Amino acid sequence: MNPLLSAAPAIVAAGVEVFSAAVRAQGASVTDVDWRPPGFGAAADLAQLALDRRRAAANRTAVERLLAAGSHLVDVRPAREVLDLGDRMLLHSGPPLTWETASGPMRGALIGACLFEGWASSVEDAERVLAAGEITLDSCHHHRAVGPMAGVTSPSMWMWCLTDPVHGGQAFCNLNEGLGKVLRMGAFNDEVLTRLAWMRDVLGPLLQQAVRSRPEPLDVKAVLAQMLQMGDEGHNRNRAGSLMTLRELSPAIVAVDAPSADIAAALAFIGGNEHFFLNLGMPSAKLALDAARDVPGSTMVTVMSRNGTEFGIQTAGTGDRWFTGPANTPVGLFLGDYGPDDANPDIGDSAIMETYGIGGFAMAAAPAIVRFVGGTVPDALATTERMYQLTLAENPAMQIPILGFRGSPTGIDVLQVARTGWLPQINTGMAGRVAGTGQVGAGLVQPPQQCFEQALTALAEESRAAG
Amino acid sequence: MTPTHVSLRSGVYADSVRLMQVSREIGARDGVSAVLVAMATPLNLELAAGMGLAPDGGAQPDQLLIALRATDDAELTAAVAAVEAALTAREDRGSAQAIPARTVGAALADAADPALAIVSVPGQYAVAEAADAIAAGRSVLVFSDGVPVEHEVALKRAAHEAGVLVMGPDCGTAIVSGVALGFANVVRRGPVGLVAASGTGAQQVSCLLDAAGVGVSHVLGVGGRDLSTAVGGLATLDALAALDEDPATERVLLVSKPPAPEVAERVQQAAAQLSTPVRSAALSPESPDLTAAVEALLGDLGVAVPEWPARPGAADAVPPGAVLKGFYSGGTLADEAMLIAAPALGDVRSNTPLRPELDLDTGQGTDLRATGHVVVDFGDDALTVGRAHPMIDPTLRLEAIAALAQSGEPAVLLLDVVLGHGADPDPAAALAPALQAAGLPVVVALVGTEADPQGWSRQADALAEAGAAVYASNAQATRYALDLIGEHA
Repeated sequence: MNPLLSAAPAIVAAGVEVFSAAVRAQGASVTDVDWRPPGFGAAADLAQLALDRRRAAANRTAVERLLAAGSHLVDVRPAREVLDLGDRMLLHSGPPLTWETASGPMRGALIGACLFEGWASSVEDAERVLAAGEITLDSCHHHRAVGPMAGVTSPSMWMWCLTDPVHGGQAFCNLNEGLGKVLRMGAFNDEVLTRLAWMRDVLGPLLQQAVRSRPEPLDVKAVLAQMLQMGDEGHNRNRAGSLMTLRELSPAIVAVDAPSADIAAALAFIGGNEHFFLNLGMPSAKLALDAARDVPGSTMVTVMSRNGTEFGIQTAGTGDRWFTGPANTPVGLFLGDYGPDDANPDIGDSAIMETYGIGGFAMAAAPAIVRFVGGTVPDALATTERMYQLTLAENPAMQIPILGFRGSPTGIDVLQVARTGWLPQINTGMAGRVAGTGQVGAGLVQPPQQCFEQALTALAEESRAAG
Repeated sequence: MTPTHVSLRSGVYADSVRLMQVSREIGARDGVSAVLVAMATPLNLELAAGMGLAPDGGAQPDQLLIALRATDDAELTAAVAAVEAALTAREDRGSAQAIPARTVGAALADAADPALAIVSVPGQYAVAEAADAIAAGRSVLVFSDGVPVEHEVALKRAAHEAGVLVMGPDCGTAIVSGVALGFANVVRRGPVGLVAASGTGAQQVSCLLDAAGVGVSHVLGVGGRDLSTAVGGLATLDALAALDEDPATERVLLVSKPPAPEVAERVQQAAAQLSTPVRSAALSPESPDLTAAVEALLGDLGVAVPEWPARPGAADAVPPGAVLKGFYSGGTLADEAMLIAAPALGDVRSNTPLRPELDLDTGQGTDLRATGHVVVDFGDDALTVGRAHPMIDPTLRLEAIAALAQSGEPAVLLLDVVLGHGADPDPAAALAPALQAAGLPVVVALVGTEADPQGWSRQADALAEAGAAVYASNAQATRYALDLIGEHA
């Protein structure tokens, strides 16, 4: 029997108030939808997608793959060995860009990488070879890699190598340099280059031996799940995750055949870097989202990323196509006497954490983060509550204690973004807009609406073409 | 030289974000030109040094660094005190702020079963909200008008596969397990299930049944287009099946405007397969009117047909040569009036005509001042653009009545007044003075029950006092109007 006819129904009403009022007057249970016209998107496109008979199943498939994906740390190797890097090629965060369109911190990081690789002898020399196009630039995302902030990855950098034991995917990310004057924030002074050289010559080989010597690979997804319950959201706060990683790796690190001074330096470096884990969290999210790629009819977002100039997204239904718009500048808090004028527009592949459903989406798990915009704990909870309305699923592995261990909102739906008019919430660091500055603060940012507008149009076109 | 304060404090810890927030708060003070409140990590010490505010050696990362520069000593002292106050301030803990659902999908996620969505957003956006309900395995009443027919077909196909019902669009009437939705009357509960491709038709039938002491189990409005060729009775077939499985439903009455013949046939065949007896009250030139269909159903149930409520009015003021002017708010009631009138009067022109050549549509809108026998459906989409349904907003119909009186064309005015949930709380209040002013002979089909918020008798008395003859049955009202015209022809 149709359950509708079994008892007085609970009513959910969207639209004219007079109807819900009439039902309420009869004593029935009524929930009013806070409906308003879609934030963007042609009505015909929204209807096309709402009625696409493939959509529900396609989104279910994409979400199931995302949720099922695992993440094992299996190796640490130089980028040139694991990435498909051409001669004199640098990877960067976000959608593709050129030297001409690169922002200050991106240019700073590219200059630093040329110096680090010995492709240039001075800053001026580096600028010249980059401007002359002698260095090929490409997106990290085109190489199964992700890079925080500028995300500049050069052949000599050591990479975390992660695999998805469920789908067999691979993902890569370089090692986190710490805070302040660091390449990923666009700094390239001697301190930066000296640290990169030490990471190349000491830290990388040491981590390789340690990771390879473990009897079992480190389950990075399990660390992510635990850190959410310890006050991290996995993007702007990685404190618990970094400490857990140190705890997991330290027995193997101290057993490495290396000078004890090097081991001590490595442990001190890891222990002193609260964002050390971020570079493991990001490729874990990348593995899950790559598993959800290429599902025709799915309106789920698989990439959100920024290069300091543009914000770009990709969806499961549209393959490798980028939908881009000008990057917004984060709002937040600044280090020292830096201020809003010093901040570069949004930059980095780290929005992969929000794409995966943590970071800004799990704001409620890390209420400290909401203070970046002067918010309160209720604001943090409200942010996560809003994100549930943009997403397709709740990730049972990524639980938020204060919400009754509800799973984090996961799988951004382009259609829901358009209908609600709410944009994804992203927690992020802020790089100085002048090349060489480094980090100036951290805060909150949203993608430009254009990305989602373009994606919606393209998904609707694809849907029509599929009949 | 501006004064500075640099101090280190042990045994104090605050989150870096909290400290950045404090720094910003203090930095916003007028007299403060530089501030850094932070744990004394190497990075922060470097930042402090860059600001010329480095502590003298020996700082430890677990110490709190307070470094300030101010315009004068008083400001500096005040700023240090403000740091202290900011560090000890308590935050609003609050509780989770409820975020209202922006979509039907989000609202249904938290709804108890059984749940039903009502969608009355603009028609072009209704499809996404309705699709949410179907995806959530819930039925939906689409009240919105202007929903493209291809959307209706797609929704109803999806609903069929999901085992749920799409009621509407363009038929805003349903009563589900005693809960009246959209335009519906307060009728008793009982054994008769209605499937209605017609809102006012369902109201007429359910009110007459109520007057006869017979109640309804459910009224499922399937949309005015459901029995068209384009939609093919998709929701009617599903609603019939649902009522067939419902133990509370012993009889089914199918109510509709004139259906597409091939669809009517398909529905009839499906109905014949059900274990619950189905009687049709689908209007057509060959079929009985709605009142006759109800009377036949009462016969099936062994219930005596009562005298339908009425307030017969004065019949003397009808001028010779009077024509019929039917000004309706209910499309089905207008159709029924035309079907009854046409055999007696010949052609009746209408904006929803029985034959295309009788259309009042001039291509530039509906000609409300056309002469001769005319029946207008003021609830038709073309006349409700930018305004509420005539059951809520009587303006257009009142204007037409005044214009008719002005024109001097001899006429009998036939009206429907529909009561119930969602309708005008006191339609007679606006109508009675307009009728008195018009001075025309008036017959009213008053569709409603005593239990309706407006009360049938109260409305009937007010209308009768204004000179109208009032009938609970639209068919009786129409025949009475025809009698008036016939006697004076």
